[in-house]
Amino acid sequence: QKVSVEVLDHLEHLALVDFRDSEGVERLQKAIQFADQLHEVNTDGVEPMDSVLEDRCLYLREDDVTEGNCAKELLENAREKVEEYFVAPPGNIPLPKLEERETFLQGS
Amino acid sequence: AALKDGLRSQVSAALKEGRVTPTELCQRCLALIRSTKFLNAYITVAEETALKQAEESEERYKRGQPLGILDGIPIAVKDNFNTAGIETTCASNMLKGYISPYNATVVQKLLDQGAVLLGKTNLDEFAMGSGSTDGVFGPVRNPWSYSKQYKEKSVPKSHSEDEESNWVITGGSSGGSAAAVSSFTCFAAIGSDTGGSTRNPAAHCGVVGLKPTYGLISRHGLIPLVNSMDVPGILTRCVDDAAVLLGSLAGHDPKDSTTIQDDFKPFELPNLTDVSKLSVGIPKEYHAPGLSSEILALWSKAADLFKNAGAKVVEVSLPHTHYSIVCYHVLCTAEVASNMARFDGLEYGHRSAMKDSTESMYAATRREGFNDVVRGRILSGNYFLLKRNYEKYFVKAQKVRRLIADDFVKVFRSGVDILLTPTTLSDAAPYTEFIQEDNRTRSAQDDILTQAANMAGLPAINVPTALSERGLPVGLQFIGRSFQEKQLLTVAKWFEKQVQFPVIQLEEVKRHDSGVFQHQKSASFS
Repeated sequence: QKVSVEVLDHLEHLALVDFRDSEGVERLQKAIQFADQLHEVNTDGVEPMDSVLEDRCLYLREDDVTEGNCAKELLENAREKVEEYFVAPPGNIPLPKLEERETFLQGS
Repeated sequence: AALKDGLRSQVSAALKEGRVTPTELCQRCLALIRSTKFLNAYITVAEETALKQAEESEERYKRGQPLGILDGIPIAVKDNFNTAGIETTCASNMLKGYISPYNATVVQKLLDQGAVLLGKTNLDEFAMGSGSTDGVFGPVRNPWSYSKQYKEKSVPKSHSEDEESNWVITGGSSGGSAAAVSSFTCFAAIGSDTGGSTRNPAAHCGVVGLKPTYGLISRHGLIPLVNSMDVPGILTRCVDDAAVLLGSLAGHDPKDSTTIQDDFKPFELPNLTDVSKLSVGIPKEYHAPGLSSEILALWSKAADLFKNAGAKVVEVSLPHTHYSIVCYHVLCTAEVASNMARFDGLEYGHRSAMKDSTESMYAATRREGFNDVVRGRILSGNYFLLKRNYEKYFVKAQKVRRLIADDFVKVFRSGVDILLTPTTLSDAAPYTEFIQEDNRTRSAQDDILTQAANMAGLPAINVPTALSERGLPVGLQFIGRSFQEKQLLTVAKWFEKQVQFPVIQLEEVKRHDSGVFQHQKSASFS
């Protein structure tokens, strides 16, 4: 069962990472094939496990401010900024559709 | 008496008595790092800050007020831990040039105790891999490739070809840390362990690699791979040293809510002489396909060692072992897909020049910043997390995880104190051979013996055991009960004493040899 181009395109959108070439797509196919082995295991009545520490209570501390006010340090690592803002290109513009963007999947 | 003590106590004693100063120690390590540069174990060497730390330590010793056993001790940290003022790259283009504003908790704890941070060690990109071959700064070379022991056993090819093509991998992903400890450039190193990333290179490099119980050591500042499995790992040259490091790092951290709140008391390891009350389990499923006959024999010999010493040695079963790699594959890629989402170029790290839209900037940044392995895992993870696949893959894997964890619970409940297994399927492969298979296949093969301990959150340790026929290290693994590190390390220490793993004979180290290094070497024998 090969993954359809629609799904591959969808994944590129969700992950904002590209398959790059046929090897990338092959890699995914193999990964799915590998994962399918899971279905050999009988898990009837078994609860999913989120964490090995599930029997313990999470630590909650008092709602007191203990650190912060470090905007200057945090901004130091950003490439583009204006005053205390991180600058991003315009939002609200969806990633171009398959036919219009530069992706290996175009040929498929 | 000195030989009985841990190496750390020896060097610490030497520092206290003024037989060597912290700056001398630091300078010797830095010089050795320079002359072993071909190993590519370090990404960043923090020479200036290290010397400054060493000087401050020296002042404290002069005043007779060292901070503790780690004061003045040179250590190295894997480059996926945040270090303030020192570049943290995760061996990726995504974080090249990234200078963190804070120290990871484990780093802070070490610095607070006066340890000298020599530098950041090399790894597979974002800790994804089992060879330390897939980072942007190139592969790490196993110091044993240059050892007398390995060279003696190598089939002589043409002399010019010899060393350049014959070198073996360190294993991974904490290969740089393992190589650093193995080549004497530091006394201990911090790694990380998600599927075996500390124990695997420890086995291949002939050093002790400890994976603590999940929740014991803070992950704050460790750039996450799989939040539910990651732990900081400890690499040292002997088990006593691992206990010292553990003592200084373990304990609740309010900044990491996944650390347990129980009080942790640092301990010194007793010298176990009587193992008659010990029950050692040998999980039959760890006789995995591909396990070399050499390692199988060694494992058997080790089991006999315990039996002959009076311990109860029993075969046990962990029936879902076979599925742990598949389970890990799904859970890991899913968590990776989520964890890697933070790399968008806006707040830190690489940023693409693309400006058309936010999304296209993110996409271009990630395209430029991540290697194939990372991208592959992100895409696979996203696939398993699609609504149509969520139950089928992700939740299914979580259920299988419980079955794997329960296997261990059942075995430990049946009276077994500790499990003895191989750590790797074979000794270290030559680099040229290793890269013939892709990263995912390799990881799937190599992680098979180490992965389940991460699934179940259990503590596990690699103890260097013997040299293979090729003259390379082979280690064996002990897996213990949750939070029973004292018992685990006590047994590991007993075993270490029995096997007397040989010291690596490296030309470079001999040249830099001094009284202190001589000390180190003899301390490995008892």
